[in-house]
Amino acid sequence: MANIAAIPGNLPGARRVNGVWRALGTARRYPIFPVAILLFVLVLPAIFANWVAPHSPTVGSLSNRLVPPFWVAAEGEGIYATPGGTTEHLLGTDKQGRDILSRIIYGARVSLTVAAISIFLAGLVGTTLGLIAGYFGGNIDHLVMRAVDICLSMPAILFALVLAVVLGPSFQTVIIVIVSIFWSRYARLVRGETLGIKSQDFVARSRVAGASNLRIISRHIFPNIVNTIIVLATLEVGQVILLEATLSFLGAGLPRPTPAWGLMIANGRELLVTAWWVAAMPGVAILLSVMSMNLLGDWLRDRLDPKLRNV
Amino acid sequence: MQRFIMIRMFHSIIALVAVSMIVFGLGRLSGNPLDTLLDVDATAEDYARVSAYWGLDQPLHIQYLTYIGNMARGRFGESIRFPGQDAGALLWGRLPATLELAAIALVVSALIAVPLGVIVAVKKDTGIDLAGKMIALMGQSLPNFWLALMLMWVFAVNLEWLPTSGRGSWRHMIMPGVALGYFQVAALMRLTRSSMLEVLDTEYVKLARIKGLKEGWVIWKHCLRNALIAPITYFGLILGGAMTGSVVIESIFTWPGVGLLAIDALRAKDFQVVQSVVIFFAAIYIAANLLVDVLYAYLDPRIRYTH
Repeated sequence: MANIAAIPGNLPGARRVNGVWRALGTARRYPIFPVAILLFVLVLPAIFANWVAPHSPTVGSLSNRLVPPFWVAAEGEGIYATPGGTTEHLLGTDKQGRDILSRIIYGARVSLTVAAISIFLAGLVGTTLGLIAGYFGGNIDHLVMRAVDICLSMPAILFALVLAVVLGPSFQTVIIVIVSIFWSRYARLVRGETLGIKSQDFVARSRVAGASNLRIISRHIFPNIVNTIIVLATLEVGQVILLEATLSFLGAGLPRPTPAWGLMIANGRELLVTAWWVAAMPGVAILLSVMSMNLLGDWLRDRLDPKLRNV
Repeated sequence: MQRFIMIRMFHSIIALVAVSMIVFGLGRLSGNPLDTLLDVDATAEDYARVSAYWGLDQPLHIQYLTYIGNMARGRFGESIRFPGQDAGALLWGRLPATLELAAIALVVSALIAVPLGVIVAVKKDTGIDLAGKMIALMGQSLPNFWLALMLMWVFAVNLEWLPTSGRGSWRHMIMPGVALGYFQVAALMRLTRSSMLEVLDTEYVKLARIKGLKEGWVIWKHCLRNALIAPITYFGLILGGAMTGSVVIESIFTWPGVGLLAIDALRAKDFQVVQSVVIFFAAIYIAANLLVDVLYAYLDPRIRYTH
């Protein structure tokens, strides 16, 4: 349907609306906001945490316990008095007097590291198995696809909790859990793509020309699915961050006192009545980074691989 | 068609068996259950007696086969935390609460997603379209446990409108339902939007407009009824997702469902219950997928032959 306000001269304020419209249009064509948010919430803090963070993420001072964010004013009198926020601790402090902003900044590093390592490993395993299954077919295809079925039907969070009890909560456990769930999505997608490409003429010709299987897979098939893999990986960063946060929240992810966002929210759970900011702030960080990662992924998908609409 | 269903069922059974093996193996890897069952001052005789009672003196594969055999007869194994109670009975007892929560979540997500999807489709490529997409995307980007805590803070701690936890009146349902249902909004809204767009483009909608029907009537009656088919087929998968997602939400709102049972059992190292719940959830997921696959194969004959 045509937008009436967008037709010049139709309404008194048409020109201005048009300008806003164009800006919105640009913002939709290029993921400017998501990328900016990603940079400032996730990537830059993760890389430069040591320089950017105003305080230590693990050492607090007990005299500064539960200081509210800077915009909250002091309240009450006598023994009921609650302190106001200070610019010393912009987002306040937690029960141990640790600066929440600094912990969020270091938490970005934790989230990003977990996401990068697990997505790389899951992509590596899934892509390799998917290529092999799709290219060779037969029994090995059946084997891989059954394994994919099994992994997809595992209830992710419960499975992760069981694994965390067995292996003990640690960085490695989180990676193992995420990789063992996420590899299957790559495998399924890559297998499907490989099946399609395998039947095309240029693959048959290179086989006639004497190319080995390895060469066909690595030089002819893989370059054709690399976009798909990149799109899927981008779309999954957000999901991995969410899963890691959920696991940490439930005590099955990263061990204390790691400044993981999920753990920080767990710390704030029992303080909800007295100090809402302890739980609220890390959640905002998760929301911003996951949302902008999803927006970036959507944009990449439309650009690189519109077939993936349903992923 | 029959062949296709047979093959898919066979695959489903393989997956279920494999899940049960993995969970069973993990349960045994987590340490000797006797250590949690017995006191520190238990004698070697006590150990022998109790391990014979639980069948733990048998080789692992015999234990597994016994477990599966009992399960086929409806016995999921005695709970370690609640002696004398069968894990299956505990699970069935908690199931209505979880189903209730999943149903509320479904209703919440449908109530948000369907109207939103319609509006967004009608106002395609405008600011409203963008805003609607953002609302849906936010649901996919929020950690549901955080949303749950924030709802609690606003509606239970500050406004004191809703109770913080437990199950009972309709007021108990709102926060868990929203926290669990909001995540599904994005997928459901996209489906509604795309099928609405298709319907809006058809001849009979043009006819309805030419006839001079009111625009609202055309959209909400003629279009929506036809556009709802796709989202409704998707409901089955959402139900599966809502049930497994209930683990976190139930533990926050102490909603007495299967998820809370699993978390409590895990903390108490009650692996009989844990493995029953995992296998049960996996079975639901597998069954839902099987159903959807068969349905699609029924509707679209091409699928039957490519398998």
